[in-house]
Amino acid sequence: MNLSRGARLALRLALALGLVVIYVPLAIVLLNSFNADRTFAWPPTGFTTRWWSAAWGSSGVRDALWTSVKAGAGATAIALVLGTMAAFAVQRHRFFGRDTVSLLIVLPIALPGIVTGIALNNAFRTILEPFGVGLGLFTVIVGHATFCVVTVHNNVLARLRRTGRNAEEASADLGADPFTTFRLVTFPMMRSALLASGLLAFALSFDEIIVTTFTAGAGVRTLPIWIFENLFRPNQAPVVNVVAAALIVLSVVPIYLAQRLSGTTSTH
Amino acid sequence: MSVPLPGTPVAPASPPGRMDRPPGPRRRLAAALHRHAGVRLSLLLAAPLAWLGVAYLGSLAALFVTAFWSTDSFTGDLVRTFTWANFHDVLTIEVYRTVALRSLGVAVAVTLIDAVIAFPMAFAMAKLASPRTQRWLVIAVLTPLWASYLVKAYAWRVMLSSDGLLGWGYGLWATIATLSYLWLPYMILPIYAGLERLPDSLLEAAGDLGARGWRAFRTVVWPLTFPAIVAGSVFTFSLSLGDYIAVKIVGGRSQLIGNVVYDNIGAANNLPFAAAVATIPVVIMLVYLAAVRRTGALESL
Repeated sequence: MNLSRGARLALRLALALGLVVIYVPLAIVLLNSFNADRTFAWPPTGFTTRWWSAAWGSSGVRDALWTSVKAGAGATAIALVLGTMAAFAVQRHRFFGRDTVSLLIVLPIALPGIVTGIALNNAFRTILEPFGVGLGLFTVIVGHATFCVVTVHNNVLARLRRTGRNAEEASADLGADPFTTFRLVTFPMMRSALLASGLLAFALSFDEIIVTTFTAGAGVRTLPIWIFENLFRPNQAPVVNVVAAALIVLSVVPIYLAQRLSGTTSTH
Repeated sequence: MSVPLPGTPVAPASPPGRMDRPPGPRRRLAAALHRHAGVRLSLLLAAPLAWLGVAYLGSLAALFVTAFWSTDSFTGDLVRTFTWANFHDVLTIEVYRTVALRSLGVAVAVTLIDAVIAFPMAFAMAKLASPRTQRWLVIAVLTPLWASYLVKAYAWRVMLSSDGLLGWGYGLWATIATLSYLWLPYMILPIYAGLERLPDSLLEAAGDLGARGWRAFRTVVWPLTFPAIVAGSVFTFSLSLGDYIAVKIVGGRSQLIGNVVYDNIGAANNLPFAAAVATIPVVIMLVYLAAVRRTGALESL
């Protein structure tokens, strides 16, 4: 594009400034996790690693982390199944109300989380409580799966659009029945899309707080709930900060995995 | 169960003449599925529709119905008789109108701020950087998305606190700044994807035909990337509209719709009124989605 030298410079500068704005707050959290002053006055006065060891020893943090992992794994598994089925239905069939199905799948993330949260809370309490099933990990998983379906659906849909049906038709012509075709042709083509969307679904669930607040019973504490509960307690501030710093460091892992995955798909 | 694998020779045990292999149960099922697209479709759709169409939509509908009920002020039990009282209160009591308008204003402000910051960034990423740099820039924008929402809100709480790096203190502006920061990547990525799909040749053609700089932007770039901006705005708008966590963390005493809903469920134990308040963001969002559907933005979400 014909841009003046000044315009190019201005755009590059905007990009650089934007990235600085994105990363400075995260850098401050990382720095503060080693800040000896427990009120985090800026600039830091001394270096310490005692907050990290305090957080490592905190049973509240460990329990919350484990709960989050279980909720994320459950929600991801459900979302993978439902999202893939919906993507196949929408991509491989023409039917009345197809657009409505797409809209229905987007709805849980398009509506404010608090609406989904109180709607599910109300439904769970009305329907499950007479059966003696209270709010707990199970209801958290159901709530999370509801808004995770869309990530799997969109990823698988995009993959199905891109790969087309030629390979599957060739497989059928060579005598494979639909199940064999699915196992040997369709599934391998979708595998990296499933992994990527599973990763995304897990991250969405791992980070969720609003729906969790309304679907978790009193005893269930995911990591975000734990952070939020302890955010306003001054004596917990250093441990909260270390947990935050650890989560920032951990957020590099899915990015690395996603890059590895996209690296493998480009060779297809 | 003996399952004849395709291509495996099978001894002719079944009535001869029809096929050289016996139609085992699996093969019969496969053939039936192949013939009946409708059955295939129903099997695929049953579970997702039961979950999202029946359970989720049903929950939303039940919530909406609850909004027309009331609670017994003495026992706190639900009174299941139809009343407009909740909606009447929401629309007529000054404080709720103020909160609703404030929330709408915050959502609009966050969306505009993000669009203004994201567009030049996305443009520089898509059109000025080399392919190799582009890859790294996308990672750089994507990485903070995986960092927790709470962690980022917390980072701003620390920065905004009176002895923090910025030291602005907490309040409505702090909320807008924090929400803009939180949702910025959701705006950058769709716009970047939209600009990447925009062929450079179009921009060159515009330049050759005499449209440079601003004019090329207004007549070529803007109309073609508008759906991408709208797609990003669905996220920023919806996420801001329902938020009550960031407000609690950096908002000081200011309240948004989400806080009113939350307080009515928790402290006041008035689900019908909370449901009535919660319909405000839903109605706004549905109107917004209906309005943007025509731009084709929902396909690129």
